[in-house]
Amino acid sequence: MKGVKLRKYGQQIIAAITGKRIHGTATVPGGMNKPLTVVERDALLADIKNILGWSQDAVALNEQIHTSHPEHYRFATIRSNFLSMVGGGGELELYHGGLRARSATGAMIFDQFDYRGFQDILREEVRPWSYMKFPYLIELGKEQGWYRVGPLARVNNCDFISTPLAEAARKHFREFGQGGFVQDTLAYHWARMIEILHCAESIQALLHDPDITGTDLVADLGEKRSVGVGVIEAPRGTLFHHYQIDGQGLIVKANLIVSTTSNNQAMNESVRSVANEYLEGHEITEGLLNHLEVAVRAYDPCLSCATHALGKMPLQVELLDADGTLLDRLTKGSNGAIERTV
Amino acid sequence: MVKLLLFGYGNPGRGDDTLGPELIGRIAQLHLAGVECQNDMQLQVEHVTDLAACDRVLFIDADMSCAEPCDFSEIFAEKDGSYTSHAMSPTALLYAYRQVYGKDAPPAFLLRIRGYDFALGDPLTEQAAVNLDTATKLVHELCMDASLQRWRRCLVNKGDSVE
Repeated sequence: MKGVKLRKYGQQIIAAITGKRIHGTATVPGGMNKPLTVVERDALLADIKNILGWSQDAVALNEQIHTSHPEHYRFATIRSNFLSMVGGGGELELYHGGLRARSATGAMIFDQFDYRGFQDILREEVRPWSYMKFPYLIELGKEQGWYRVGPLARVNNCDFISTPLAEAARKHFREFGQGGFVQDTLAYHWARMIEILHCAESIQALLHDPDITGTDLVADLGEKRSVGVGVIEAPRGTLFHHYQIDGQGLIVKANLIVSTTSNNQAMNESVRSVANEYLEGHEITEGLLNHLEVAVRAYDPCLSCATHALGKMPLQVELLDADGTLLDRLTKGSNGAIERTV
Repeated sequence: MVKLLLFGYGNPGRGDDTLGPELIGRIAQLHLAGVECQNDMQLQVEHVTDLAACDRVLFIDADMSCAEPCDFSEIFAEKDGSYTSHAMSPTALLYAYRQVYGKDAPPAFLLRIRGYDFALGDPLTEQAAVNLDTATKLVHELCMDASLQRWRRCLVNKGDSVE
């Protein structure tokens, strides 16, 4: 029930800020078209202490689940570079800061990089077998330059978290890494809960800030520009938006690197790790299928941008030999039913 | 008065997947007493809290395999693997309700509207629009007579009850 209510609270915040639970209409270029009312603020304040407590419980639960199961440490685990945004002091930052990339050993690749120039550090590779692109850090090249984004990257990459409870949880997390990065893929869930705790603390502080119900809602738009780059840390990871407009303000070019795309190679590497560990012979077992799903879901990929019509098959695993001949195929339906289709 | 929750789900950016939210939009414009209209991209576990405040729920979704024009059925709690995903099945949501609240969810029904094209950015297909008209008429009738007896009588004809 605590988890359900945490998610519900998130919905309430979205509705209060954007006007509706989905497809909010309050955002406009340069700001918002509606303030947070006192009534809305007080409604959110009424629950925030519970939210904070439940967030702490969620961190403790996920830490306990991960640390008490040594088999989780190596499951789908890979050693990767990490990319995330950090604030000017190296703190965890979700909205505005500089880009930081570090190698698997912790060596700094770049830091406080102005994201408006992201095309100087990132490139997207196209491969013939996938609709998804494969981004990489130019400095390291296609083979070595792939990286991970999201909670695991952010909590590893930052120097500290600005809220006290989440900072204590971060230190605990990093101690688990024994001086190095925590590379365990399943630790994504643990890191995600630390960020939820940070957000709960931040929300509490913001709700007590008198300016939160202010009516100065739109920034000075400044000089009109034809090209814009925006980067934030979305829940799943670093999110790049790059737009070009014409004289009428119509978008003529747009490129997005969403966090699931950034994690593309990493998810493939985790799939490879699971296959190496659990695939035997020429048959895809139900156990292997489930393990592959657990590995991919650790990244919380937004493959759900695909259609959710009933009857769609959300998961299909194929086993090919070295010549590309199909040896086995297992599909898992939206109702969880598993079917062999070879 | 029976408190009805109509919950349409689907992605408006993917062709006929918009059928559920589109139907909800049409019914919402009628401002029917006792009828709450909700929509979302997909069902998620927090939606059990929406169910808690109603006497009956009707889920509405696009479906690429049901009979034309639509299929109306009563559904019951059932555990499946979708609770771990971003898109729960309505029966799994009813199961989650039982787990969260320790009792059965209100009586629940599912209206599946036949769709054909779910590609990104595509508009609603002509045939899906025809099916939507039929489904909207059915839902309007169900809202006008919200007795369980009436709803269950509709099940016999599987959505062909619109006269």
